Amino acid sequence: MQAGKNDERESFIDENLRRVYEETVEEGIPDKFKDLLQKLKEQDKKDGNEG
Amino acid sequence: MSGKDPRDQLVDHLPAMRAFAISLTRNGAIADDMVQDTLVKAWTNIEKFQDGTNMRAWLFTILRNTYYSSRRKANREVADVDGVFTESLAEKPAHDGHMQMTDFRNALALLKDEQREALLLVGASGFSYEEAAEMCGVAVGTIKSRTNRARARLAELMGLREDESLEMTDDATMSVISSSKVSSF
Repeated sequence: MQAGKNDERESFIDENLRRVYEETVEEGIPDKFKDLLQKLKEQDKKDGNEG
Repeated sequence: MSGKDPRDQLVDHLPAMRAFAISLTRNGAIADDMVQDTLVKAWTNIEKFQDGTNMRAWLFTILRNTYYSSRRKANREVADVDGVFTESLAEKPAHDGHMQMTDFRNALALLKDEQREALLLVGASGFSYEEAAEMCGVAVGTIKSRTNRARARLAELMGLREDESLEMTDDATMSVISSSKVSSF
């Protein structure tokens, strides 16, 4: 076991992991999700459950 | 009811939820369906969310429950993934050049769900081991060993051996990095 190289390897992996993840986060959100939230909001109003 | 409606915060967590869902399912369409289901569940069960607790953790918990219950319904695909991709990955000389992002994604896809999930929660989403353990309903030690195994497996798939330096770090750079690491603590 070589701790130094393992640490290095680990941070290399984590860095790639974050990059993959960030790429997806930065893609933004398709409109359908905001539409869905809007629909849920309107449905609640109709039901008279104003929070 | 007092104060702000926590449902107004849901939108802030959407990008992270989607990233987690995509990484978990490796399929954009399925991921989006899951996120939609999660949104509806969160919206209609908002009273179960405790103010002052971590909303993202709560949402991720719903998301992963949604994923695992739908996977139980259709758990055929899991079997063939392991063999097929490992073959094609093994042919690639992963250590001869800069690691390609697609290779990393492929390698990530080969991990067991539980391992990939643990690594994503801790390594990418910024949750603590404790939070991840609670979200997955397992012990902290289990999350730690899953993330360790996930990293080891990824390294193996990417051709990063314990006895090899990374191609971008020669011995000199390596020693600089390790010494700067030591001195910063």
